[in-house]
Amino acid sequence: MTREEIVEEVNKILAEQFELNPASLKEPGTKLHEELGLDSLDAVDIVVTMEKKFGCRIQEAEAREIRTLDQLYDCINKLKNP
Amino acid sequence: MNRVVVTGIGMLSPIGNDAASVVEGLKNGRSGIKAMEEWKAMKGLNSFVGGEVTGFDPKRIPRHARRTMGKVSVMATIAAEDAAKDAGLAPEYLRSGRAGISLGSTTGSPKCMSDFFSEFTLKGGIEEQMGTSFMKVMGHTTAANAAVHLGVTGCVYSPTSACASSAQAIGLGYDLIRHGQQEVMLCGGAEELHVTTAGTFDIVRAASRAYNDSPTKTPRPFDAARDGLAVSEGAAVMVLEDRERALARNAPVYAEVLGYTTCCDGEHIAMPSREGMLRCMRESLLSAGLQPGDIDYINAHATGTQLGDAAESWGIRELFGAKVPVSSSKGHVGHTIGACGCLEAIFSILMMREGFLAPTLNLEKVSEDCAGVNHLQQPAAVRARRVLSNSFAFGGINASLIFGTR
Repeated sequence: MTREEIVEEVNKILAEQFELNPASLKEPGTKLHEELGLDSLDAVDIVVTMEKKFGCRIQEAEAREIRTLDQLYDCINKLKNP
Repeated sequence: MNRVVVTGIGMLSPIGNDAASVVEGLKNGRSGIKAMEEWKAMKGLNSFVGGEVTGFDPKRIPRHARRTMGKVSVMATIAAEDAAKDAGLAPEYLRSGRAGISLGSTTGSPKCMSDFFSEFTLKGGIEEQMGTSFMKVMGHTTAANAAVHLGVTGCVYSPTSACASSAQAIGLGYDLIRHGQQEVMLCGGAEELHVTTAGTFDIVRAASRAYNDSPTKTPRPFDAARDGLAVSEGAAVMVLEDRERALARNAPVYAEVLGYTTCCDGEHIAMPSREGMLRCMRESLLSAGLQPGDIDYINAHATGTQLGDAAESWGIRELFGAKVPVSSSKGHVGHTIGACGCLEAIFSILMMREGFLAPTLNLEKVSEDCAGVNHLQQPAAVRARRVLSNSFAFGGINASLIFGTR
């Protein structure tokens, strides 16, 4: 799975399951909390949803460092394409 | 003691999600019960009838609030929001600390519980569970979620007593306002239809089995051919308000809460006690300072079970004789369990306002063990001034509410 495919899939999940406006997901530097309004409860569910979708395990320490869309894509890409 | 009035209503039911459609359904004998084909896959189940709520959009609640809601909380929150709007309560007032919530249900969302335990058992752990799962299934999911969505900062309670949940929720709100602890309470309850609920009643032989091919013919409260209840879902919320405050702001007043009693049989977990029912109704009259002859209509709990309907008929006969008109709304909507106390109280209030009394749908031949009371078998053009609404639950928990004008 390429990074582009991961980006596309992650954005699809964020739009469909977390009901974010697709237009708000176009800029990779977008901050999850400050700009997309996602909170700590959403963060837990995003991690679980991504783990299920991509068949990987995101470590808690890693998850805590994710602040932007780009960091989320990178985290999954690193696990899928080590 | 403060006097307490009803200034707003909101509901979702198998016969409609607003006052106009509910009144039309009650007037025209429209049943909300349908065949539940998908339940036929459930091994051992014999009851395949239920009442479903449709025609509402969960997305009217923003995702941020809705993410922790199963259907039971979505319905409760919509009913609460509609009731608050109907009463003309401003969002700022709900955040003032002077308004509270009392909303109950039998359990949290049964579908979400089923999903959780399926995964838990299948995977042998909690690895793939969402953080929002628990908030959908916790006992106070309806009250907590409605409070978050509406920004309510007063006291929030969630009575869970199955079929008496929302009647007790109203009673609790009534007491809090009477004693001056809150000015306004959003009170009621909800229930989410699920095959396991039908199973719960079917196991104890209390669910209707003989009308799977003619679902609108069941339940049949008080009828000679009744064979049990039909489980349903719904949500109902009424705004209770300190009468002085309501009058001062010229709020529309549907009715006054005149009396309330809840008591327990303290005998058997499942068998209804006719003496317990009688005591509850009698004490509710005493609490209102009324005599049996002051009541113009009784909305019975009667679910269509053999024992419950007969016991309630006996209690009504002992206290009221054969004069006061009696009907059960469950012929129309089935047993909405956690919602029924408030939903049927709202039906009663609407019938008072509209000047009619709905009969018990499907009551064709009064059963001998339910005889001796004035069963309504046809709609009656009666403008009732005072109504008594009963709710009786597993655990021998009884609740009777009286609404009307003094």
